[in-house]
Amino acid sequence: MACTAESVAAALRAVAAVVAEHRDELVRLDREIGDGDHGENLNRGFAALVSKLDSSVPASPSAVLRLAATTLISTVGGAAGPLYGTAFLRAATSVGDVAVLDAAAVAAALESALDGVVARGKAEVGDKTMVDALTPAVVAAESVAATGGGVAGVLEAAAEAAEQGASSTVPLVARKGRASYLGERSAGHLDPGARSTALLLGALAGAAR
Amino acid sequence: MKKVINDPATVVADALRGMALAHADLLDVQYDPAVVVRADAPVPRKVAVISGGGSGHEPLHGGFVGRGMLDAACPGAVFTSPTPDQVAAAVARTDGGAGALLIVKNYTGDVLNFETAAELAAADGVDVRTVVIDDDVAVKDSLYTAGRRGVGGTVLLEKVVGAAAERGVDLDGCEALARRVVGRVRSMGLALTACTVPHAGEPSFTLGDDEMELGIGIHGEPGRRRVPVGPADELVPALLEPVLEDLPFTAGDRVLLFTNSMGGTPLIELYLAHGIAERLLAERGIVVERRLVGPYVTSLEMQGVSLTLLKLDDELLELWDAPVRTPALRWGL
Repeated sequence: MACTAESVAAALRAVAAVVAEHRDELVRLDREIGDGDHGENLNRGFAALVSKLDSSVPASPSAVLRLAATTLISTVGGAAGPLYGTAFLRAATSVGDVAVLDAAAVAAALESALDGVVARGKAEVGDKTMVDALTPAVVAAESVAATGGGVAGVLEAAAEAAEQGASSTVPLVARKGRASYLGERSAGHLDPGARSTALLLGALAGAAR
Repeated sequence: MKKVINDPATVVADALRGMALAHADLLDVQYDPAVVVRADAPVPRKVAVISGGGSGHEPLHGGFVGRGMLDAACPGAVFTSPTPDQVAAAVARTDGGAGALLIVKNYTGDVLNFETAAELAAADGVDVRTVVIDDDVAVKDSLYTAGRRGVGGTVLLEKVVGAAAERGVDLDGCEALARRVVGRVRSMGLALTACTVPHAGEPSFTLGDDEMELGIGIHGEPGRRRVPVGPADELVPALLEPVLEDLPFTAGDRVLLFTNSMGGTPLIELYLAHGIAERLLAERGIVVERRLVGPYVTSLEMQGVSLTLLKLDDELLELWDAPVRTPALRWGL
C-alpha cells in the first residue's frame, strides 16, 4: 500500500470512527480513576479533524499530520490535547517533505511521537499513562521495519504491542496525571490514556490493512 | 441526570451568553475561542493577570474578571482545561504592554495547555510568566506524584496579585508576589456527594449515605480516603488540622480564613462550619484577620466544603482590602 496524504487522511478518519465508537468506554474508564472527560475530549477533537478533512485534505502526509496536531491542540483540552497534539506534531516533523511514506518512515514517526509525549508529559513506562502503550508499540514497529516489513505490518505490530502495553497498566499504581491522586486506589483499573493509544494504533493498522 | 441545560455539548457557550448579559458593565465575552475579558481591556502599561481552567467551578474564574482582579479568564469545557489558543487569545486581548502573568492550578492538563500557550505568546513577543498554585495539602508532594493540586487558594492568589497589578506593580513584582502567596496558602476539602458532569450523564463517583470523601480536589475526582460522615465538630477539624500542620500555621499567625462551598452545601451549613473553624483557630492563638465565606470555587452541584488559610502580612492584608469590582467579588468600588 502506498502511504500518501490521502491514505493518512483515511487512516485518521478511521481513528475518528473508532474514538466515537469507544467514547463511552473511555469516559467510563476515566471516571473510575480520573475525571471522566477523556472519551468526550478525544471525540470532540477527532470529530473536528474529520470536518476539516472533509473540506480539504492537505497535500502531503506531513501536512495532514500537522493539521491533526493543531486541531487536537485547539479542541481537545485536558492533558490529552497537548499530549496527542505534540505526538502528531513530532510525527509530522519526522516524516518531512515526502509524498509517500515507507515502513521505516512510519516507524520513525511513531518514535518521534513517543519522544514528544515523553518530553511534554515527563512520564515513563510504569507510570500508568499512554506511554505504557506507546513505548512497546514503537519497539515492535521498529523491529518489523528493520526486518523488511511493510507499512501495514509495522502498524499491525505496533497496535498489538500497544494493546498488551495498555493491559499491563491494570495492576499499576498511577504516578502521573489525575489518577495519581488516588494512590493505591488507582490499581486494578485500565488506564484510559493507554487504552485510547491502543485504540488509535489499532485503527491506523486497520486502515493500512 | 436532572439539570437546567439543553445540550451537554453547548453548556459552556450557553452559560457564557447569560453571563455576558448579566454583567455587561464589567465583562466582554468572546466565544471563538472562549475568553472572558474585563470590559476596559487592555489597560495600558498594566500587567495582564490571566487565569483559567475547566468550567463547572463558577464563579472561578470568569466571575473574578474585573478591576482589581483578573484581566481575562479562559473557560475550558466542563472540568477540562482550556486550550492553548484560548489562553493565547486572552493574552493578545489584554496585553497592555507590561506583559502577562498566567495563574495556573496544578492539574496536568492545565499545566500542559498553559505551558504550550506561554510558548505561543512568547513567540509573539509578549513577556509571559506562569505561576502554578498547588495549595491542596490532601495530596502530598513526592517524586512519584504530579504534585499537589491547586484548589481554593487560587481565589486569594488572584485577588492579591490582581490588586498589585492594578496598582502598577511590574511583571517581575507580580510574579514574585504570586510565588510568595503560593508559599503561604494551604487548603483541604471534603465531599459528601459526587457531582454529575453534563456530558458524562452520571455521578463522577459513588458514595454511600454514611460516607464522605476526605481530601477531594475540585473536579469531583475522588480524594485520598473514604471515611464515615460525622457531625460538623468532627468534619471541620478533619479539614483544618492537616492544613494547620502543613505550613505550619502557629500561634500568633495572622490569617485569612476562606470557608468554601463545593456548590451543593448551603450557607447555613457553611456558616456553621466557619464558626467552628474560627473557634478552633482562636483556641490555637491564630488570629483570623479576614474572612471569605461562600461558594467561590465549586464543583457543579457537589455537596462539600473546603477550608483555605492564607498567612497574612501587612502587604498582603492591604492588597486583599484593595478595591475590587468583579461579578463575584466587589468592594471599595
